[in-house]
Amino acid sequence: MLTFIGRRVLYMIPTLFAISVVAFAIIQAPPGDYLSTLVAKLQAEGEQVSRDELQALEARYGLDEPFHGQYWKWISGIMFRADFGQSFQWNRPVTDLIAEALPLTIVLSVTTLLVTWLIAFPIGLYSAVRQYSVADYVATTVGFLGLAIPNFMIALGLMYFMHSAFGMSVTGLFSPEYRDAPWNLGKLLDLAGHLWVPVLILGTAGTAGLIRVLRANLLDELKKPYVVAARARGMGERRLVVKYPVRVAMNPFISTVGWVLPALISGEVIVASILSLPTTGPLLLNALRSQDMYLAGSIILIVSVLTVIGTLLSDVLLAWLDPRVRLGYR
Amino acid sequence: MTNATRSERTGKQSAPQWRLVWWKFRQHRLAMAGALVTLLIYLVALFAEFLAPVSTGTFDPEYTYAPPQRLHLVDTSDGWDLGLHVYGYEQHRDPDSLEPSYTVDESRTIEIGLFVKGEEYDLFGLIPWDRHLIGPKTAGDPFYLLGADRNGRDLLSRIIHGTRVSMTIGLVGVTFSFFLGVVLGGISGYIGGRADLVIQRLVEFFMSIPSIPLWLGLAAALPQTWGPVQRYFAITVILAMIGWTDLARVVRGRFLSLRGEDFVTSAHLDGCTRPRVIFGHMLPSFTSHLIASVTLSIPAMILAETALSFLGLGLQAPVVSWGVLLQEAQNVRVLATAPWLMLPGLAVIVAVLSLNFAGDGLRDAADPYKK
Repeated sequence: MLTFIGRRVLYMIPTLFAISVVAFAIIQAPPGDYLSTLVAKLQAEGEQVSRDELQALEARYGLDEPFHGQYWKWISGIMFRADFGQSFQWNRPVTDLIAEALPLTIVLSVTTLLVTWLIAFPIGLYSAVRQYSVADYVATTVGFLGLAIPNFMIALGLMYFMHSAFGMSVTGLFSPEYRDAPWNLGKLLDLAGHLWVPVLILGTAGTAGLIRVLRANLLDELKKPYVVAARARGMGERRLVVKYPVRVAMNPFISTVGWVLPALISGEVIVASILSLPTTGPLLLNALRSQDMYLAGSIILIVSVLTVIGTLLSDVLLAWLDPRVRLGYR
Repeated sequence: MTNATRSERTGKQSAPQWRLVWWKFRQHRLAMAGALVTLLIYLVALFAEFLAPVSTGTFDPEYTYAPPQRLHLVDTSDGWDLGLHVYGYEQHRDPDSLEPSYTVDESRTIEIGLFVKGEEYDLFGLIPWDRHLIGPKTAGDPFYLLGADRNGRDLLSRIIHGTRVSMTIGLVGVTFSFFLGVVLGGISGYIGGRADLVIQRLVEFFMSIPSIPLWLGLAAALPQTWGPVQRYFAITVILAMIGWTDLARVVRGRFLSLRGEDFVTSAHLDGCTRPRVIFGHMLPSFTSHLIASVTLSIPAMILAETALSFLGLGLQAPVVSWGVLLQEAQNVRVLATAPWLMLPGLAVIVAVLSLNFAGDGLRDAADPYKK
């Protein structure tokens, strides 16, 4: 088991390195460097920039150095000092901005993941055991629709429906009175009252996918000789299904975290912008639109790294659950 | 055995594989329906100028956010008059917000005809023509079957024109990712060893990063000065860069399992060169499967383009795609006045669903080992 984890962690290093290079390339991509954009912006606001300040900034980001030098300045600042640079749009350190938005993104993603499991598991189980029943057909159709309808269409439709039918706004994560309030029980309940909308919207595609996978896996498993043998020995149908086939078919729940998580984070960008949630998605979008590249690059970096770590955790969990995976890596 | 059954049997035995696939595919009703709808959508894309009542840029500031008109066949206002027509609008302006609202003005009948003369265009960019499938008999009359947007442009025409960009961006993107996927997946599966390890890490890397943030980053990095055509190709390349991974995995898996098959070994022993073994013997044995995979990856591309354009970082006006059209439907205030602006989303859903059904059916039909 330890060898397995060790190997996976080692494999992660080149991936993390590649992610950081891509994120930095995105920071560098727009024409002109960070400094000229900043100076232009400050001058547009009527502020004078002194030569000393300019030189300090130039030294901080290593702007006179070649690409790899600048990259090293950037990544070492992040790794050793948690310094992600300065957002010139907000005129605040990137670290602060991300620290505000990231926890909400994580809460949203993890909640969605859990809800996805909670919904997909019973439905997938039922539609496999009762294949071709009415409920199975309904689940399959809904699953197909859930995969085909883009997240943001669901968001738009729901927003319109709630507005026209109940005059209700479903945007945001907090009611106005709690937005700047410190954390307390009321704020938590308020968050829970708002969170279900994005969770529901984000969860549809993942739920639909999981139902299909679970159903297919379970159907394969239920036809295997050991199930027939157990049935021939008079084992009760309920125990028969739950004891082994379900445990084998459960694997996708863990292993798909690897692709559900990136998809969630991706979907979050769009859905959160429509519903104007205070998460990393709209922050990223805004940063990209105004070419606030240190902020944008840092968000891409952090979100990707978190996804990779999430995938690693799911792999470890899968190896712990399934000896075949663990032994395959020996 | 009678002659008829014998010829039938030999017919089945000697039928080429594509015919077997077709026979199998035809039995799958949902897939057939999906394929038919897909075909129709591509025909719409091909004949967009002819099918759309007006061009994408035609606007009429008098009719901002005009609601959809109902098409009537029988006019009962004075006796019985047969003929396609719609009713005009009566406009009221809110005195405070100046936002227009409309009621149907039954006293004004606008006659609608088929194959009417309208704006001139070049069919396929070559043949100059001025006929439109449907439109008002007097050019310039308000005709908004699916409503109008904030500039008084006809949504129906814009959706029809958007079909072209939205549907082809999927095809072009898939072509790019097809080549990347087949070449890299092929190397990975056929040669194996270190190349396999490197390519697999690459695939895992692309699969493990959230795609939309990356797309957004890359799309935002495109120079603002680029024209619509350059932007279009840049976006397809960006989409393809992420989309090839699935295909590469499929191809690799197939090559791995085929490498040990008898017919491959015997081809090697017969002295076939490596390219000949790959392209002459191995690839043809799973072409149909590849085509199915490709069909299934088109919808993902369409969705991705829609999402990118919706967020304002993909294609940009004056180019019209479904995603660009949906950009208008972003906030609830606009939606409350003009819910029909969500209709391009319906087009996306129909296209994606039918491509999915067709692809699923094709995959089932293409698998010769399935019962």
